[in-house]
Amino acid sequence: MIDKHTLEEHGITQEEYQEIKNLIQREPNLTELGIFSLMWSEHCSYKSSKVHLKKFPTSGKNVIQGPGENAGVIDIGDGLAAVFKIESHNHPSFIEPYQGAATGVGGILRDIFTMGARPIATLDSLRFGPLSHPKNKSVMEGVVSGIAGYGNSIGVPTVGGETYFDPCYSLNPLVNVFCLGLAKKENIFYARAEGKGNPVLYVGSKTGRDGIHGATMASSEFGEDLEEKRPNVQVGDPFKEKLLLEACLEVMEKKLVLGIQDMGAAGLTCSTTEMAANSGTGIEIDLDLIPQREKGMTPYEIMLSESQERMLIVAKKEKIKQVQKVFERWDLDAVIIGKVTDTQNLKVFAKGQAVVDLPVSAVVHLCPAYQRETKPHSPTQTAVCSSDVPLPEEYESIFLQMVRSPGLANKKWIFRQYDHMIQTNTAVLPGADAAVIRIKDTQKALAISLDGNSLYTYVDPRTGGKIAVAEACRNLSCLGAQPLGVTNCLNFGNPEKPEIMWQFKEAVEGIAQACRAFQIPVTGGNVSFYNETEGASVDPTPVLGVVGLINNVDTLISPEFKEAGDCIVLLGETKEELGASEYLKQIHSKKCGPVPEIDLEIEKRVQKLCREAISQGILQSAHDLSEGGLAHCLAECCVLRKTPIGCQIQLDQQIRTDALLFGETCSRILVSLKNKDKDALFALAKKASVPFAIIGKTGGKNIFVRHFGETIWDIPVQKVYSLWNNSIPDTFHVK
Amino acid sequence: MRFGVVVFPGSNCDHDTLYALRDVTNQESFFLWHKEHDLKDADCIVLPGGFSYGDYLRSGAIARFSPLMQQVKEFALSGGLVLGICNGFQVLLELGLLPGAMLRNKNLKFLCQYVPIRIENTETPFTNRGKPGQVLHIPIAHFDGNYYTDPENLKKIHQNQQVVFRYANPDGSLSSAANVNGSMDSIAGLLNEQKNVMGMMPHPERASDLLLGSTDGQIIFESIIHYLKNDR
Amino acid sequence: MKVRVLVSFKESVLDPQGQAVKNALLTLGYDFIEDVRQGKIFELELKDMSREKIEEMIPEISHKVLSNPIIEKFEWEVID
Repeated sequence: MIDKHTLEEHGITQEEYQEIKNLIQREPNLTELGIFSLMWSEHCSYKSSKVHLKKFPTSGKNVIQGPGENAGVIDIGDGLAAVFKIESHNHPSFIEPYQGAATGVGGILRDIFTMGARPIATLDSLRFGPLSHPKNKSVMEGVVSGIAGYGNSIGVPTVGGETYFDPCYSLNPLVNVFCLGLAKKENIFYARAEGKGNPVLYVGSKTGRDGIHGATMASSEFGEDLEEKRPNVQVGDPFKEKLLLEACLEVMEKKLVLGIQDMGAAGLTCSTTEMAANSGTGIEIDLDLIPQREKGMTPYEIMLSESQERMLIVAKKEKIKQVQKVFERWDLDAVIIGKVTDTQNLKVFAKGQAVVDLPVSAVVHLCPAYQRETKPHSPTQTAVCSSDVPLPEEYESIFLQMVRSPGLANKKWIFRQYDHMIQTNTAVLPGADAAVIRIKDTQKALAISLDGNSLYTYVDPRTGGKIAVAEACRNLSCLGAQPLGVTNCLNFGNPEKPEIMWQFKEAVEGIAQACRAFQIPVTGGNVSFYNETEGASVDPTPVLGVVGLINNVDTLISPEFKEAGDCIVLLGETKEELGASEYLKQIHSKKCGPVPEIDLEIEKRVQKLCREAISQGILQSAHDLSEGGLAHCLAECCVLRKTPIGCQIQLDQQIRTDALLFGETCSRILVSLKNKDKDALFALAKKASVPFAIIGKTGGKNIFVRHFGETIWDIPVQKVYSLWNNSIPDTFHVK
Repeated sequence: MRFGVVVFPGSNCDHDTLYALRDVTNQESFFLWHKEHDLKDADCIVLPGGFSYGDYLRSGAIARFSPLMQQVKEFALSGGLVLGICNGFQVLLELGLLPGAMLRNKNLKFLCQYVPIRIENTETPFTNRGKPGQVLHIPIAHFDGNYYTDPENLKKIHQNQQVVFRYANPDGSLSSAANVNGSMDSIAGLLNEQKNVMGMMPHPERASDLLLGSTDGQIIFESIIHYLKNDR
Repeated sequence: MKVRVLVSFKESVLDPQGQAVKNALLTLGYDFIEDVRQGKIFELELKDMSREKIEEMIPEISHKVLSNPIIEKFEWEVID
């Protein structure tokens, strides 16, 4: 008998339980209830978000696979496809930072190679509480070493990402991992269980009592019982995964399998039911045949285990021997545990008894979708007036304080722990606007940008959502890449709270509008709700991962200034916008709006202009303006160079000096170019109706900025470099 | 020339190394599976980087027991050229083909970055195309690259000019800051007594393409080819 | 039969991990700490075999496999 307490433990409401009984025409047993609890959890079913996610544009001429599979697939020409996806591993990373982050990497890698693609890059979007608190430091250290420990071993470069700090992440750090894979177009594999009688194979690690209820954990708020949840976190084995990766790619390359699905969150339950449901078939398995690491595991435990580094494969009978031979060569288990049926049911046996018999469609497709209540939440929408923000008496100390704030400072301490060069394709090292991975034996390269600004989405989720897309695309355009497709990770609080649901709905609407404007399809992603501890929620944090294509890698440029004497030009128009800026947050301790305005048509024009100028070879560098505004952008252009270089800037615009320097007006790109190429750029800009201003030139040992006749600052670039470079290492004991 | 790149379970620079040798340097190059017993007439054996067997015991400690490593050992002892890169260097140390051992980096963190290394000895099969004192820019990517040996051995190593590369500043000078992982005497690359076996922590295969930032790694591969053609 | 093998760095070898733990302890105010050395423990479960054989084989595998004699030393004991 299933009682109220059991339902609560499984996170199933009375109404949902009634629905389950209606669907299966009887009471489920405990194992069956466990199966529903996993598959109907927020994490697996998207029950609160489904109705909103429909707004995303998901089709386009290059889309081979949109949302609904392990990862999205985009055609990039030459018979090749880019396979990519982003996933959150927020909750596990808070409980056990190292293993939580490590298994997050492991999981997203499996999502990619399950599709037949070799993973070629990962990026991470990380959010922590302020580093002034030791607990936040240790979470960050753990997460970074976890990502490094897994990614470095398996040999997939971690090539970039973003790291941001805010008190709202102290009890809810966010760890979003993005992975990009490359596949042959004709060799994409899906989670299918086709052909009655075809054997079902279990490959990879043995099953233990790992992370039972991990997926349901990711769907409920943390309370004070956190300590008790500790054993639910799994331990990753990157060595095993490396073997699994090579073996799986080999059987797929040889076309020995029909369908394949990884056993990540929700393990055997998810893989069996989804593969069958996707194909309109059924699956029958015998738990006695499952390779087990521990003794005496119950059917409930085996079905719900989240042991890592496992896959389920369906293959034709006559190919089984060959499949097993490949796995044997890689020292991996590959055991037949059942077969495909035509019953449309999942039937599970243990010790000769049927212990589960459920219609797969009920489990996979028929979870109720909720149209949850929404209520506008605009804490500080009230626009900040200029008069609220006193004009600073001097700017030098402010500039330096911004440069060394952890959110804006050099992240080398993080990325040098990641092997970002393995596979020898990393054409742009971490720290630039986006990562660039060249594709061997072609002229092409793929560029990837991860971006999100939770301060914007906190103040105004819809505009924040739009800006996130625009900025991720702008990052790509700064390298000359044409955006092709997008995946997103939507990190929010408890969706049962109307204010949170409103933030979600608004952010999704903003993202959808921007994606339509840029004509980039959303090919998948991940929703992470319940990022709350003891009632305190994270700021709404949508993270966008955009993949773009560079047709000729020889035209690639990077953000830093190149030579002395080059001309510095600001593309786009600067408005007096201080709301929701890093400057207000860091210097004036104000977390309020309005966020900068964004006109998507202007944005598109600026980006197109930048890409054109790059393809014509007239730019030396291009860098997008975002957090920290023009001042920080200039600083980065100077210090990202191997040996820092100075610049002389003359600004002649009649707006507040602080807005001019630190305001975050959208749709702006800072470029440098040889003097001889000026006219060509200006002609392009005029044709594109993009305003521009020559603001100075590169060279010298100082960053020298004037506003009209007045010197704003004149600081040795070496000093800026030291503050920017040492800020994060200095907060740690071991550099 | 024929290059055999050994693949252990957990090798992850095997493809990169093969690409640098076969597609960039245009040499006949192939993988050698660790369970096999045949070196396929290779002129030079390369042990690539990675995490053989997960490095779960100690870096390189289990790989040395692979069946193929017996052949590699015999090949080396009879004068054949063996190059160990990163994890391959660690395997050569565990195997006893090179003296010493690796400790964890001094900052206890994995380090991935370009480092300048100075060529200490150009009269070797691996560096004959370089100039004495030349500084090469080649990336490192390791957790355990902090070279250690006892003082007596260290003396012997120096006397016999077995040190090939040392971590240096861009101008070629040595300093504690330039010695990124804390290696004894800044040792980044090391030969055996007979000078036919070399281990190095930096990854020459990653410095084989200007697009990626450096082609300095090619000096090592070209030296090997030059040696095999002329001096063998 | 169960045997425990303790592998640790030789005294003359710098133990950076031990040093890091030591520094952490000192930072936390445990100022009575003089030094920390870190090691690894292996617990080996053996099939039935004679005491003599154990005395012979355990040092052998500890020397050959579990430790690297260049930098590490080992101790072992029968635990049950």
